[in-house]
Amino acid sequence: MTYEEVIFYVVAAVTVVGALGVVTARNIVHSALFLIVSLLAVAGVFILLAAEFLAIVQVLIYGGAVTILVLFALMLTRVRDLPTALDGPQRPFAALAAGAFMGITILAMTTTTWPGETEEIHVISLKEIGNALFTTWAIPFEIASLVLMVALVGAIVLAREEEGE
Amino acid sequence: MIPIDRFLILSAILFGLGMYGVLARRSAVLILMSVELMLQAVSINFIAFAVYLSPVAFTGIIFAIFVITIAAAEVGLALAIILRLYRNKATANVDEADTMKW
Repeated sequence: MTYEEVIFYVVAAVTVVGALGVVTARNIVHSALFLIVSLLAVAGVFILLAAEFLAIVQVLIYGGAVTILVLFALMLTRVRDLPTALDGPQRPFAALAAGAFMGITILAMTTTTWPGETEEIHVISLKEIGNALFTTWAIPFEIASLVLMVALVGAIVLAREEEGE
Repeated sequence: MIPIDRFLILSAILFGLGMYGVLARRSAVLILMSVELMLQAVSINFIAFAVYLSPVAFTGIIFAIFVITIAAAEVGLALAIILRLYRNKATANVDEADTMKW
């Protein structure tokens, strides 16, 4: 086993443990903290895939913005002094469905022979990504910025206190 | 170099866990967090395929960038909706917001 694989298994274990914490924690704030751990570990996976740019974006957007937003929402929607169950009665069926999905997907992925498995990793430079993003993918890029703006305005309109409320 | 199926298995496990969270949890915020996990799994899959199978076109990396962008927009909007739900119904649990159910 090479050192690369050891690092991968450590990062993957942290990711999975964090994800397990998110879906099983008894406390909603613990869930959010587990989510941060899991997202940062996924950034590590991105680095192992030689996608440093995405790893940085991941840390900035997920590690920073998204988790802060989630914690903020938890703070605003906390029903105090009323501990309720976090899982619904459908939990066993959910476990069954998710387990079946996981099993089938893993089976499909391990039994398929993927081409190019032994090739050396080709590092995609930031310059190439930027070039592609602003030439080939220019229209999707503009649409994405429009979506962001609409979402921003929509979020403000939705969350705003109305007159007489 | 790590075989590609390690990454795919990791992404399948992550997606399965997120799916379990979406189906089992009651709180809308927790469901949103589980959806984030599923999106992460998708991103890992996209990047792994881009790096291993088509490093010249790297469409998967571009897709992952868009996934992250749309996820950010989605989180902002979803949290605003949850806030509105909480203000109207005094709950953030999806099974208690059942006005349309009969």
